[in-house]
Amino acid sequence: MADVTLPLADVGHDAHDTHVADHSADHGGAHATSLGLSNNKLGMWLFLGSECLLFGGLISVYMLYRGRLGNGPTPEQVYNVPFTSVSSFVLLMSSLTMVLAVTAAARKDLKALDTWLAVTALLGATFVGGQVFEFTEFYKHGLGFTTSLFGSSFYTLTGFHGVHVTVGIIMLMAVRRMIKKERVPGDKAEVVEIVGLYWHFVDIIWIVIFTLVYLIPA
Amino acid sequence: MSIATDAHDTASHDDGTVQTEHVGGEFDHAHKADIYYVKIAIFLAVLTGMEVGLKYIDIGALFLPVLFILMAIKFVTVVLFFMHLRFDSKWFNMAFWLGLGLAVLVYSGALATFKFWSR
Repeated sequence: MADVTLPLADVGHDAHDTHVADHSADHGGAHATSLGLSNNKLGMWLFLGSECLLFGGLISVYMLYRGRLGNGPTPEQVYNVPFTSVSSFVLLMSSLTMVLAVTAAARKDLKALDTWLAVTALLGATFVGGQVFEFTEFYKHGLGFTTSLFGSSFYTLTGFHGVHVTVGIIMLMAVRRMIKKERVPGDKAEVVEIVGLYWHFVDIIWIVIFTLVYLIPA
Repeated sequence: MSIATDAHDTASHDDGTVQTEHVGGEFDHAHKADIYYVKIAIFLAVLTGMEVGLKYIDIGALFLPVLFILMAIKFVTVVLFFMHLRFDSKWFNMAFWLGLGLAVLVYSGALATFKFWSR
C-alpha cells in the first residue's frame, strides 16, 4: 500500500496544515493528510470500494449462467446447504474475533491481540478447508470447472473469494509475527485495523455469495 | 484516564468504551467493549439462522424479499459496526459506498442488457 503523505503544497499552506504535519511527525511515522486521515487507511477503503466492482462482476456472471447446466448436475444436486451454513457461521465468527483483535490492539493488550489474530486465522483456515472439501465433493458429483457454464462461474466466483480469504490468513499471520518481532513501525493499532478491514470485507462478500448462490434456487 | 499512544490519544471510560482520536483530530471512533461486539455477532448469527430456515419453510412470494432484507441487514451491520464505518470519517464512507453503489449500478445495467430482470 502507498506509504505517502500528501504534500502540503497540494492542499494549501495554512496554519492548520502545518500543525497536522508537525503532529504527524511527532507520532512515530503515522501518516496524516490535511484531512486528518491516515493515507494507509484511506488506501484500504478505496481498494475495498474497487473490490466491490470485481466481485459485482463475478456475482453477475454467476447469476446469468447458473441455469446453463449443459450435461452437468444442477445446483440442487450438488449444494450441501447445511454444510455451507456451518462454514458461513465460522467465517462470521472470525469477523467477531477480528474485531476483538482490533480492540485489543487499541488498548495495547498484546497478549489478547496475539490470541485473537491466531483464532481469526484458524477460523479462516477452517472456512478455506471447508471450501476445498466442498469443491472435492462437487467434482465427485460430476461438476468440474469446464462441465458447464454454471460450473465455471460457480468455481470462479467462490474460488476468487477463497483466494481472498487465503490472502487474509497470510496477512493475519504476517502481522502477528511482525508485532511479535517488534517490526511494525509507528501505530500498531492502525495496522491491525487495516488488516481487519480487509478481513471483514471478505466476510461481507460471503454474506452476499451465501444468499445469492446457495439459498436462492436456480 | 488518558493515555498518549503512538498515533492515537486514547481515553478509557468506566463503561469499558475506549475512545480513540487519530492524528489530526478530524475524526475519532469509539472502540467499544468486547461484549458490545459479541452481542452484534449473536445478532448476525440469529439472522443467518433465519436465512437458512427460510430455505426449508415455504413463505411463498415473500421468500426473496425477506431473504434480501436479511442479507442487507447483515451486510450493513458488519460494515457499520465491525468495520467501524459508523464512527469513522465521511471520506472512508464515500470511498466504500460509492464503490459499492457504482458496482450495483453498473452490474444491474449489465444484467438488464441480458434481460435478466424480466426472466
